[in-house]
Amino acid sequence: MNTDILNIDRKETYKEKYGFYDKDAFVYRTKKGLSADVVKEISGLKNEPEWMLKFRLKALEIFMKKPMPNFGGDLSQLNFDEIYYYIKPSERKGRTWDEVPEKVKTTFEKLGIPEAERKFLAGVEAQYDSESVYSSLKGQWEKLGVIFCSTDEALKNYPDILKQYFGTIIPPADNKFAALNSAVWSGGSFIYVPAGVHVDIPLQAYFRINSESAGQFERTLIIAEPGSFVHYVEGCTAPVYAVDALHSAVVEIIVKEGARVRYTTIQNWSDNVYNLVTKRSAVYKDATMEWVDGNIGSKLTMKYPAVYLMEKGAHGEVLSVAYAGDGQHQDTGGKAIHYAPHTSSIITSKSISKGTGRASYRGLLKVMKDAKGSKSSVKCDALLLDDTSRSDTYPKIEIDEDEVQIGHEATVSRVGEEQLFYLQSRGLSEEQATAMIVSGFIEPIVRELPMEYAVELNRLIALEMEGSVG
Amino acid sequence: MEKLLEIKDLHVEVENKEILKGLSLTINRGEIHAIMGPNGSGKSTLANTLMGHPNYVVTKGEIIFKGQDILELSPDERAALGLFLAFQYPHEIPGVTLFNFLRTAVNSIQKKRTGEDIEKDRKKAASSILQFSKKLNEYMKLLGIDESFSKRYVNEGFSGGEKKRAEILQLAMLKPDLAILDETDSGLDIDALKTVSDGVNKIVTPEQSILVITHYQRLLDYIKPHFVHVLVNGKLVMSDGPELALTLEEKGYDWVRDQVDTTIIN
Repeated sequence: MNTDILNIDRKETYKEKYGFYDKDAFVYRTKKGLSADVVKEISGLKNEPEWMLKFRLKALEIFMKKPMPNFGGDLSQLNFDEIYYYIKPSERKGRTWDEVPEKVKTTFEKLGIPEAERKFLAGVEAQYDSESVYSSLKGQWEKLGVIFCSTDEALKNYPDILKQYFGTIIPPADNKFAALNSAVWSGGSFIYVPAGVHVDIPLQAYFRINSESAGQFERTLIIAEPGSFVHYVEGCTAPVYAVDALHSAVVEIIVKEGARVRYTTIQNWSDNVYNLVTKRSAVYKDATMEWVDGNIGSKLTMKYPAVYLMEKGAHGEVLSVAYAGDGQHQDTGGKAIHYAPHTSSIITSKSISKGTGRASYRGLLKVMKDAKGSKSSVKCDALLLDDTSRSDTYPKIEIDEDEVQIGHEATVSRVGEEQLFYLQSRGLSEEQATAMIVSGFIEPIVRELPMEYAVELNRLIALEMEGSVG
Repeated sequence: MEKLLEIKDLHVEVENKEILKGLSLTINRGEIHAIMGPNGSGKSTLANTLMGHPNYVVTKGEIIFKGQDILELSPDERAALGLFLAFQYPHEIPGVTLFNFLRTAVNSIQKKRTGEDIEKDRKKAASSILQFSKKLNEYMKLLGIDESFSKRYVNEGFSGGEKKRAEILQLAMLKPDLAILDETDSGLDIDALKTVSDGVNKIVTPEQSILVITHYQRLLDYIKPHFVHVLVNGKLVMSDGPELALTLEEKGYDWVRDQVDTTIIN
């Protein structure tokens, strides 16, 4: 762990730090609600090819027909008619930091982006509402043939690659929110790594929802050609609003033979956001996919990053940590589906809940017939900070093959009086002691994060926990 | 001589049962006191009450430490004032290294004592972390603890002896005015006992006081007390010089019961 969790200015509240917004910074938005006209308008504004418009309209039909999910959290307050589905914040698109509009820049500065840039970023693809306003990519990667841009740009500049993979891992009919995203998607990142290329510093994007009632429907597609490696990092910070907002993203990843992709997310949504995300990867021969997922904030998060192990030797990992504060419900976990022999998966989930917060682990482990010699280990640990918080686990395991090794382990613990007393007897306040126990609990995940994200995750949880004790 | 700790007629309940029934004790600065007693006599209750464990309810009496009534103080405030408890069963803190734990403890005690938050000032924080590391390494060397120890998670997977040595390392770093050693000898073989008590003798200065709580006399061969008290059924029934410990070892606690008026201890 790192000590930063204890070093922050504890008077600095969540609202002061993240609850800001630029009033009406956007230059264009569609009218509230969803219809074929809105979808056509979005596609038209972006000058999209005919096939994408058709894809969107078809997805809209599916969305209208599909029922809401019958599991997870309470979606009854989510009103699809009250949401703006497309907001364009700025006409210009910055290539360098100097070109980014001042107002937008101020927002990013508050979020610490330029500092991150100075440190070690290879490229930044930051999403301000629905359109990328700032992106840069170091020349060296471009020379190697690495593509890192917004998905909208990819549709314009690399239509063939995009069309080949888009919607193949998560088709619109997969679930209602995948359909919604497919109909109104905007922004998101597109990454293409050619065979054998190792992108050895993380590619990062920073997302945030700024406009009230803005739906954010980014669409991310990553293709790792054989033997390549890339680590993609996204972080989200949404400001605090009174009106419920919806974030519904789709992330598709293709990891080809012998390649490795790591996808790291730190999400910190304000507590009125519905965060309903579909993330899935197809992992081929001897390839590795790793999801590292940190979920903080939001009203309800439903997210279960999935690894589909398609060929022999494929390996998938899902590491997730969720913090459910007062009034929040984190319904998170992971899915691993073993289609081929000698595939392996590890799902590790850690959740913390306090007050009226509820953290649920929901997972699926499926081993298909003939996926002989497959191995899987699922471990979920829950930490409750008090008597009122809640944790549940819904592990679904379907094994159709006998020759497998499966491990499953679940623990629930409460921050104990004796543990607190021990730390307090060494001079730590009750709040500090709780923060220390929590940071230790999530340490196995934090140590997998790039340094600045590790710091940020600890910091965010400390901010969330403020005043939670005593 | 400066009175460091004064306990007056202390009555303590745990889960509505009275465990301490009128205990009085004064410890002056620089003195080493030992409290000996059979199982269930209230030894650990006294240790936990002094440190401020919330489950131990003081129903009567006073605890004055450095001239201040500390009954209303939280455990961390008592720690900042200069009290320290070496636990009989130190707790595990998974995922938190001993280094970070101790650094946080040292900083927060310093902040409470001086009002200065070292972490606010980057330069000071940087130099303080260097000083801290240096001091930590010195003490670890002194206590015969391997350097890798500080990178391990607090008490997780520690042997009995390692846990107790880690407690003494904390004592060394936090520099309390009064250290309470609660059954520090329990679970230690003779070699480990010697290492741990040698450590205590090396780090404790004449300005510091120690309250040793123990069932057996053997720890007192190494940490030599100025005064020995016998605790039976929630009260101190005998007090004398170090020779009392030897008598006790020889004759057993039944001898004590015979010596004192049974109406007092029942």
